[in-house]
Amino acid sequence: MKKTKIWSWIWIFLGGLYFFVPLYATLRFSLMMKKDVLSFMAYEQVIKDPKFLEAFTFSAEMALLTIVVSLILVVPTAYWVHLRLPKLKPFMEFITMLPFVIPAIVLVFGMIRTYSKPPLLLVSSPALLVAAYVVLALPYMYRSVDVGLRAIDVRALTEAAQSLGAGWPRILFQVIFPNLRSALLGGTFLTFAIVIGELTIANSLAWKALGPYMTTLAGMKAYEPAALAVMSFALTWGSIAILQFLGKGRGGAAPENMAGMH
Amino acid sequence: MAFLELKNITKRFNKFVAVEDFNLNVEKGEFVSFLGPSGCGKTTTLRMIAGFETATEGNIYINGEDVVRRPPNQRNIGMVFQSYALFPNMTVADNIGFGLKVAKKTSAEIKARVDETLKLIHMSEFRSRYPYQMSGGQQQRVALARALAIKPQVLLLDEPLSALDAKIRVELRNEIRSIQRELGITTIYVTHDQEEALSLSDWVVVMNTGHIEQIGTPFEIYNFPTTPFVASFVGTLNIIYVDVVDPTQGVLSLEGQEIFANKTVRKPALDKVRIALRPEIIKLSVSDETANELKGIVDSIAFLGAIVRMRVKIGLTKFSVDLFNNPDLKLPKEGEQISVYFSRDACLVLQD
Repeated sequence: MKKTKIWSWIWIFLGGLYFFVPLYATLRFSLMMKKDVLSFMAYEQVIKDPKFLEAFTFSAEMALLTIVVSLILVVPTAYWVHLRLPKLKPFMEFITMLPFVIPAIVLVFGMIRTYSKPPLLLVSSPALLVAAYVVLALPYMYRSVDVGLRAIDVRALTEAAQSLGAGWPRILFQVIFPNLRSALLGGTFLTFAIVIGELTIANSLAWKALGPYMTTLAGMKAYEPAALAVMSFALTWGSIAILQFLGKGRGGAAPENMAGMH
Repeated sequence: MAFLELKNITKRFNKFVAVEDFNLNVEKGEFVSFLGPSGCGKTTTLRMIAGFETATEGNIYINGEDVVRRPPNQRNIGMVFQSYALFPNMTVADNIGFGLKVAKKTSAEIKARVDETLKLIHMSEFRSRYPYQMSGGQQQRVALARALAIKPQVLLLDEPLSALDAKIRVELRNEIRSIQRELGITTIYVTHDQEEALSLSDWVVVMNTGHIEQIGTPFEIYNFPTTPFVASFVGTLNIIYVDVVDPTQGVLSLEGQEIFANKTVRKPALDKVRIALRPEIIKLSVSDETANELKGIVDSIAFLGAIVRMRVKIGLTKFSVDLFNNPDLKLPKEGEQISVYFSRDACLVLQD
């Protein structure tokens, strides 16, 4: 028993090293722009660059649009599948897992081929980028909502509200959605984290998003890309921290239920 | 016309017939239970009254109006679910006031009605609690209050006590009945627990495989079952195979001992027939000279609290005899030969 415990700690320690050493190295490197002194100069340089702001704003806008479209698409679908078409659950799981199986590069080339000639000339529209991001975020958004719906008795709550005279808008907005708060926040933050740093699709569709900006910067400069990587990490971790904080207490499934899908 | 009338109701799910040709009249203020095993169609029937399922055929009239095509949110029916189904994001007061808010009542009206309903279930001090801060029994009482707050035409309860422990179940069932009587609300109660159905109801509808087996008062259902299913499903029952001796006189025989059934038997002499005997109707002493007497051997004795269940063996046949427990009860010993007695009327011949 004792021996097993020691081994457990050794594995945890090794795992920690594997994760934290590169992160620490990146952080330390990003602070070494000034010779012989640790400073935030690289960070200042990044923030000062107008291209960074432009790329970040664009990615953030795309992330928000992706979140809105994903929520409109996924939440009613998942709710209806839970309520009326439970037999479709395995099919839905399969569909929503496809973005994990199909690489982003395959998806984007398929999109370019399909939407680069009339009548569907959408390749230069940000709508196509959002559409691609919706597909990319689908597993995360669907799973989050699905976990939230599994945690409540959707059918009984819906029927209870119906028997009390409520119509569909009231059932959705006053009974179902408030009880999916954590799940919706989970899906939202995960989607934001994915879109904000996405490279392949933005690059292939020639958008000046944060991902391509980071890659370009990495080819030209030494310290700034490291600073950007740390900032990107901080943003993702910040999102998760907010999610953990907001998910406490009432409001459906706790976010830890979704941790398994990262 | 009855207050609630179900006329030739049939429900099919593809080829599966869940409920077939269901007819029932319920008068205003009556308490009716649907009793039957799992899958007998009792919940489906209740859900059709609520509007959550649409009848394939037939009509449902509430207060003279056919509601069969009306959506559930326009039927003014209160429903209590097995899983309580309280809205987790709302307090007790908000849960109870939900239906009133939907009905666009003023906040003063809502508050007054919520207070009144909370008082009815003796939970006035719980108004600010959330469902997760209450026990199952308390949650179900709030669910009942929520259903009653809208002053529904009919109250439907779908196995409301199944998820609760035995003591709370008995307490809450008495409370449901007293509130129902106080308000005089027409109530349909679905259960598979015969004790619940028999103790609560004005009328019991026993269902099996989508059909009504028998409708009667609890007394009639228990004492005069009209089908073998009702006889075996309601209460504990000894089913004993006996030989027919004289079908016209209702004379039967068990291991050579004669039994008189006070009824003609449809099968010819020497054929086998089943008789049903309630364990509590069999006595150890004779009270009526015409009573049947059977001699047997005590096989086992089990103490069950309020009753003592004795198994008596006659040849290869074994049956139960229930005796009310009391400190003066003198029990025979296992292996001892005894006589048991039961009246001719108590001997129910199952004519199948």
